[in-house]
Amino acid sequence: MVNDFATSMEATPTSGVLAQARAGTKRLGRVASGTRFEPAFGFITRTAAFLLVAVMVSIFILLTYESLPAIRTFGLSFITGSSWNPVSDKFGALPAIAGTLITSVIAIVFGAPLALGVALFLNELCPFRIRQVLTTTVELLAAIPSIIYGMWGLFVLVPLMAKKIQPALIGWLGPLPYVGNLFQGPPFGIGVLTSGLILSVMVLPFIASVSLQAFATVPVALREAAYGTGASVWEVCRRIILPYTRNGVVGAIMLGLGRALGETMAVTFVIGNAHSISASIFAPGTTISASLANEFTEAFGTMYQSSLLALGLILFVITFIVLIITRILLHSINRQLPL
Amino acid sequence: MKPDPGILLKRRIMNRCMTVLFVVALVISLGVLVAILGKLILDGIGYFTPAVFLKSTPAPGTEGGLFNAIVGSIILVAVAILFAVPLGILAGTYLAEYGRNSRFGQVVRFCNDILLSAPSIIIGLFIYSIIVMPSGHFSAWAGALSLCVIALPVIVRTTEDMLHLVPDTLREAAIALGCPYWRMIVSIGWRAARPGILTGILLAVARISGETAPLLFTSLNNQFASFSMNGPIASLPVVIFQFAMSPYRDWQHLAWAGAFLITVTVLALSILSRYILFVIWKGK
Repeated sequence: MVNDFATSMEATPTSGVLAQARAGTKRLGRVASGTRFEPAFGFITRTAAFLLVAVMVSIFILLTYESLPAIRTFGLSFITGSSWNPVSDKFGALPAIAGTLITSVIAIVFGAPLALGVALFLNELCPFRIRQVLTTTVELLAAIPSIIYGMWGLFVLVPLMAKKIQPALIGWLGPLPYVGNLFQGPPFGIGVLTSGLILSVMVLPFIASVSLQAFATVPVALREAAYGTGASVWEVCRRIILPYTRNGVVGAIMLGLGRALGETMAVTFVIGNAHSISASIFAPGTTISASLANEFTEAFGTMYQSSLLALGLILFVITFIVLIITRILLHSINRQLPL
Repeated sequence: MKPDPGILLKRRIMNRCMTVLFVVALVISLGVLVAILGKLILDGIGYFTPAVFLKSTPAPGTEGGLFNAIVGSIILVAVAILFAVPLGILAGTYLAEYGRNSRFGQVVRFCNDILLSAPSIIIGLFIYSIIVMPSGHFSAWAGALSLCVIALPVIVRTTEDMLHLVPDTLREAAIALGCPYWRMIVSIGWRAARPGILTGILLAVARISGETAPLLFTSLNNQFASFSMNGPIASLPVVIFQFAMSPYRDWQHLAWAGAFLITVTVLALSILSRYILFVIWKGK
């Protein structure tokens, strides 16, 4: 419905009339009551809008400014260095950056297929009556605060991983060549994989919801033609819907990726906060946001604090890039509010 | 020509397998939701005593509640919304009315999108460096402001979307009657979009009431009930974080009670906002 309105709005350039009216009320002066207030009102709304730009720009400038000491001292080795030692004031961000990327990739690997499965089910198979209810229920996953995911992860998922899943995986996949390296070490329960799994549940509703909006743009005639020639549900999904909405679906996944990269609390609970890179996805690690949440209030000394702020800057830049890609991909879909 | 039965069978099996997988995906997703809510209800309700609302957070081993955290959260969210609502509605109005096609409007829309999806902990860092660092101490003001920055883009976005749903013919009708442009916005645009804008505000409240990350280093925490905006203040999410990560049983129990409270609030708010939206759609 949003789409209809949006397109009809663009198709009929009535805003030309409105623009004239806008200019007209200015020119006519005192014809209508309250016309004098017009410039002031326009100014107020414009100022409020400008505030958003100001906030966004000052986030960039401030983070850059505050992380200058760290950037000056460590240079590029801040990104490539892997030691994080507050005692000797040596900081390298590689473990945190790697942890952020790895957990997010795990989140997408598990979350995206699940989300697409849910979205395709809701779009093609779901009985009409329960469709809205199920969509809303899935979207409620996005409403649950991240700290609740963290707690649930710590008290439910971590014991489950430690007692059942990780020992089983170590037993099955551990002995394999190459791949086995991913599944080594003691089954702590906490760690990179557990964080990735929780993130996958958290990004699922975003990917599913935006994909559904993309699926809604597929022309009905196209789908009906496919069904009419005898295509099965899966064939319609595979040959019609997914190719037609490829950009939208990739955009949805990117949106989920952006969420996963910046997610803080859920990860902080279960990742173990260890500034180290390990081949095994069972090992504890850290992400940029988890490091910030764990260490920032206890960071004494300019260099320590500046390094953490530099971490924040890196995270902001990464999510910024991901969001720009998302915007480009989702350009054609009038994206509703990602809740 | 008869179709090859082998291919038909293959297609049918493939279709069956994939549709089963779709259903499995849905069952897993809903299963996780049920598992989380189930755990919250089972573990949360048991510790949900009147003391939770009446007493402040205890030292380990003593009896207590979450009174200070609940008060703190309400203050923080209320102040944040108080600032975010007028600013958000005005900026959203600019985007939908004056800056609909303008260059500047596009820049603002872009910034709003970035702010909407920016990691909340970054907002916390930002507020830390413009307020906490210069003033030298953590304060409720800083916490409320960081929540405000998170709520703002949500309200801007919904206001703009909802104003877009108001047909242009209504606008033109008002203008044709000699109504000044601002007057048209206030008495036609805002009035028509009112339920939608309310939805946005509810969503913003829901979003910020569960936010933890930006509060960790802006409003910090406070063991006692505080009503001052200038000092550190307790908030429900931060207390839950602290208590859940602690080794003390009674603290963990309080964390579950708090988690239950916060989830019920947030889910109720988002269901309510969806209901309002649903009523609007139905009316259209």
